[in-house]
Amino acid sequence: MADLILILVGTVLVNNFVLVRFLGLCPFMGVSRNLEAAFGMSMATAFVLTLSSAISYLLHEYVLVPLELEYLKTISFILVIAASVQFTEIMVRRLSPLLHQLLGIYIPLIATNCAVLGVALLNVQEAGGFIQSVFYGFGAAGGFALVLVLFAAIRERLQAADIPRPFRGTAIALMTAGIMSLAFMGFSGMARL
Amino acid sequence: MWTSIITAILIVAGIALAAGLLLGMASRKMPGDPNQIIDQVNDLLPQTQCAQCGYPGCRPYAQAIVSDDAAINLCPPGGDDTVQRLAALLGRDAVPLAEAATVASVALIEESQCIGCTHCRDACPVDAITGAHQFMHTVIATECTGCELCIAPCPVDCIGMVPVT
Repeated sequence: MADLILILVGTVLVNNFVLVRFLGLCPFMGVSRNLEAAFGMSMATAFVLTLSSAISYLLHEYVLVPLELEYLKTISFILVIAASVQFTEIMVRRLSPLLHQLLGIYIPLIATNCAVLGVALLNVQEAGGFIQSVFYGFGAAGGFALVLVLFAAIRERLQAADIPRPFRGTAIALMTAGIMSLAFMGFSGMARL
Repeated sequence: MWTSIITAILIVAGIALAAGLLLGMASRKMPGDPNQIIDQVNDLLPQTQCAQCGYPGCRPYAQAIVSDDAAINLCPPGGDDTVQRLAALLGRDAVPLAEAATVASVALIEESQCIGCTHCRDACPVDAITGAHQFMHTVIATECTGCELCIAPCPVDCIGMVPVT
């Protein structure tokens, strides 16, 4: 139990995939313009991440390792991720048409989110078992959701702020991301994974 | 060596096949997908976006029909034909048009006052108003659905509704 909590803390805060490992920066910049879209995107990504890390762990452990085909893990994980993204799109369209309208073009983007593939690949190296890898994926998704929602909230505030002309737009967004990354560096050493 | 190559190809193909089968089943297993029905209902509606049904447009009305909030006979531009097609699609009873009690009407432009501003022509969802800029406009009565969308834009208030004779 304690090691599961450690995995969660480690992936959400200490080794945050966006701000410490710098994976998944594309949706971090792209979908953070308003809070609602950021929230929906992080929920969809969380679902995909948890699902794909569980499936890819099973695939790696019970298909690729026994057949000594570990070198196929990247390409087969990409297949798994693409399929679970498509599955998420079907689910979202059915459960929440409004969210589907809002996220429409972003859902396929999850497939190219390098954090998803990164989590799947790091997962089979670092996590010890099935439950651990599910928590690893879920924690990574939680970290992604946390910083995406925080960043979107900051950016919404920045829209009303009086920013010097040369810093407006992407420039101030990148600076904000840098400062947030610095802040998250403060967590390093809290948990070792 | 050949066996390992063939195993690798088979494994990747197998993963792709399994994923494809699962996705196909997931998307096929949605007979109750409300979106498809909303689209079908929306296709039957006349797309005049006239809001006479009490909803902001045709698609919101289609959503209300599918979620059982609205009756199927609230669309005057569609007329009884649309009610019957909707009844056939949704398996409900074909009821006469709700507005049938009030007389069906069409727009009429008081032509002596028309200044030829084209505002009403642009507003008309079914292109039932003809006339060029700076020239008098008129309503093609057989095309007019009586949606009243041309009345508000007219700057000189020269459009009225008259009952169909």
